[in-house]
Amino acid sequence: MTGTPDLGPETVKALARATTSLGIVMLVHNAFNRAEQAARHWAASGCPVVIHVDRNVPSAEYRAFVEALSDEPLVMFSTRHRCEWGNWGIVAGTQAASELLLATFRDVRHVYLASGSCLPLRPVQELIDYLAERPRTDFIESATTADVPWTIGGLDEERFTLRFPFSWKKSRKLFDRYVQLQRKLKMKRKIPLGLVPHMGSQWWCLTRRTLSAILQDPDRDTYDRYFRKVWIPDESYFQTLCRLYSTDVQSRSLTLSKFDHQGKPHIFYDDHLQLLRRSDCFVARKIWPKADLLYESFLTDEEHAMKKAEPNRGKIDRVFSRATDLRMRGRPGLYMQSRFPFDQWNDGRTCAPYSVFEGFMDIFENWEEWLAANTGARVHGHLFSENWVQFAGRETTFAGALTDSAQMRDYNSRSFLTNLLWNTRGEHQCFQFGPWDSQYISWDLATDPNARIYVITGAWALQHFRSNADFSDIRRDAAWRQKVEAEHLLALQSQWAKGKIRLLSMTEFIESPMEHLQTIIDDIVGDGARRLTEAPRMHNLKGFGKFLQTLKNEGMHPYLMGDYPMDDLPERPRQRMRKPYLVKK
Amino acid sequence: MGVLGTYRLRLRRKRYIARAIRKRRELRSVVNRTVDIKPGQILLFSTQRNEKIRLPYFLKYYRDLGVDHFLIVDNDSDDGSVPYLASQPDVSVWHTKASYKRARFGVDWLNYLQWKYAHDHWSLVVDPDEFLVYPFSDTRPLPALCDWLDASEIRSFGAMLLDMYPKGRIDGQPYREGQNPLEIASWFDSGNYSVKHNSTYQNLWIQGGPRARAFFGDNPGRAPALNKTPLVKWHRSYVYVSSTHMLLPRKLNKTYDTTGGEKASGVLLHTKFLDTFTQKALEELKRKQHYSGSVEYKAYAEALSQDPDLWCKWSEKYINWRQLEILGLMSKGNWA
Repeated sequence: MTGTPDLGPETVKALARATTSLGIVMLVHNAFNRAEQAARHWAASGCPVVIHVDRNVPSAEYRAFVEALSDEPLVMFSTRHRCEWGNWGIVAGTQAASELLLATFRDVRHVYLASGSCLPLRPVQELIDYLAERPRTDFIESATTADVPWTIGGLDEERFTLRFPFSWKKSRKLFDRYVQLQRKLKMKRKIPLGLVPHMGSQWWCLTRRTLSAILQDPDRDTYDRYFRKVWIPDESYFQTLCRLYSTDVQSRSLTLSKFDHQGKPHIFYDDHLQLLRRSDCFVARKIWPKADLLYESFLTDEEHAMKKAEPNRGKIDRVFSRATDLRMRGRPGLYMQSRFPFDQWNDGRTCAPYSVFEGFMDIFENWEEWLAANTGARVHGHLFSENWVQFAGRETTFAGALTDSAQMRDYNSRSFLTNLLWNTRGEHQCFQFGPWDSQYISWDLATDPNARIYVITGAWALQHFRSNADFSDIRRDAAWRQKVEAEHLLALQSQWAKGKIRLLSMTEFIESPMEHLQTIIDDIVGDGARRLTEAPRMHNLKGFGKFLQTLKNEGMHPYLMGDYPMDDLPERPRQRMRKPYLVKK
Repeated sequence: MGVLGTYRLRLRRKRYIARAIRKRRELRSVVNRTVDIKPGQILLFSTQRNEKIRLPYFLKYYRDLGVDHFLIVDNDSDDGSVPYLASQPDVSVWHTKASYKRARFGVDWLNYLQWKYAHDHWSLVVDPDEFLVYPFSDTRPLPALCDWLDASEIRSFGAMLLDMYPKGRIDGQPYREGQNPLEIASWFDSGNYSVKHNSTYQNLWIQGGPRARAFFGDNPGRAPALNKTPLVKWHRSYVYVSSTHMLLPRKLNKTYDTTGGEKASGVLLHTKFLDTFTQKALEELKRKQHYSGSVEYKAYAEALSQDPDLWCKWSEKYINWRQLEILGLMSKGNWA
């Protein structure tokens, strides 16, 4: 399509009505009723419109579309090319339509490339005035390959240096294999001399000067032949060539379009109305064809146009980048029907830090109450107790309608823990754990970076110490519990353990309990922690050393408690808070 | 899973399709308006038995969402639901007296109808007591979702079953025909779901909610599955394996992300627990037409005879889809 087209009577009439310096090239492949509406809207403000319809559209539909617009002299149709995403056809179509537009409407100074699903957000006159003030400026997003963040299939530079004869949509495997082959063989195409590859949004607005220079370039055949095999040339053809001729490139698109992580455009719906009103862009794409409210609200004359809202680009950005973020990263610690991270991918298994206490309940009488009072956290009993789930306050149900059934918990203890933490977001959870508990969760606790685990090893033996059972039974059970705890400690000390883990033997802990308690409180409460004034009540430990000795005498080897003295620890005068040696930041 | 395993699944899929086609003999067409179906329309498939009282609201709900045609298999109802359905302009009805159980709980029948009518359509399979909500379902009709899924080249959309229940006795408030059942059954469990991965079919196995809590507390493994993939861009080579819990080919079951991101998903609000339920449970117990010897219904009947209240102080009252999204029961994914 070159040369001057026939000037039929229709065209002459059109020329007479084309009063503005803005012409529209519109690419259409579906939703013809909306394309028609948009074309009429542009034409109503005196803008000539040249429409390119994808050749894949059945000719009956095409004819109906042409027929529907036949009463509008400002709308013309250009030669059709077959368009497929990522291929040359879209550029060929744009070229043809642009040529027709430039040749027919001599007054046109700016050409705006739009699609059938584009919607003008501001009155057309505003756009015309805006461009009239900047007669030599080309608005086209155009950046060198090194500087663009969007790369689909990991291809940026290679878009220009490899060949892409296979369709990415229809034969992805061939496409990928051929790319790999070329990489392996180090095949590279030569970029025509003088061209520096640039990429950017497909939707631009160029001056007649720049556009006609591109279309009438003596080397155009060379360029076209080259770009025919570049991947997604509609994002690089004009973007690269404009750099040769333009004297004033504004590297941005006047069309608002947002892309998701796959490089597909986000679609606007009726509920985006308020958002779009806050855009300062002239045109938005793409609009869902059945978004009646949007079309009604924006495709009106100036009288009925809505009052302008304060532009706020950031808000639109936020909405869509948040969506991409949700799709790519999701909400850490949430396991549900459409988010189920496998371990190796996942650095946050649970959604928030929590604290696990082992042995504290055995040593202190009022441990749960004391901890709750001093931290404000939610303090549970043994959540993984063999017979039931000891929720705080021993309730039968808890947040999210978790129940105290041990069978339900053990059926999927990982879900139980992640659910509990998810359901109580914003509140620190503490619970007790020990060798009497169901141990399924042991490794999950150890490898969870959110877990803070405080263990007083061997303290479980106090249960045996206070028990009235037959001594031979006690001895057997103590041996078993020691084994269970040792296994658990193995997990905590393994190289895979990621939690914040503090292990203290019972002997170590008893020597200076308040220091250790203060550290724990500081961990949970953070910087604002108060100095502890009141200690939890300790159980009576008198005789425990002898008890351990008896176990030893019976042939068992209780070692997890550390070196507990036979005659009990020297009875200290109930210490009044010796100040712990802590360096406060 | 090796080549052999994959091949075995392929055979299984073909066998299920053959079985579905064989089972077409059990279906007698009452009224067939499928000639009205146009390309690109959204179809809804359902089986029902004596659900007359629920049907008016059910049809209205899905019509409002944008379903174009309903294809319903009636399993020997005697409550007038067949003439009612037959009188609806956008409904095609088939009738059968055959065993629900031997049609693999109705799956074979629907697989056949989908094979025949749903090819290249978005196809929604739900029961008359299930109501689909998805991101933006209050402002965007179902065709918007389907168009978006098409544009994103996604062929299946997951929506887990969320059991809804009233506060107080299940039979405390009578349900009127045409009423929104969520007015009565407006409560749900927000966070007690167990999620497991099934490596054979690559689907997730979700259990929990009030049914698991109240009826299966000491045997959680038998609690009903809640994972569902009800909305699929159908192809005649697809087949549902067990209810709408899993499909073959199994890529359709991957409605979840495994690297930490969230895919878009919805929720099927399950309004089984109305006053009609007590009677239904007894009847179904007699018919023995349900999964694994109707163990579910045995548990219901037993529990219901004692204290039929599923509500607890941690129950959440349903507001809208945004609430479900915040609670983490469904996700917008990258649909904004």
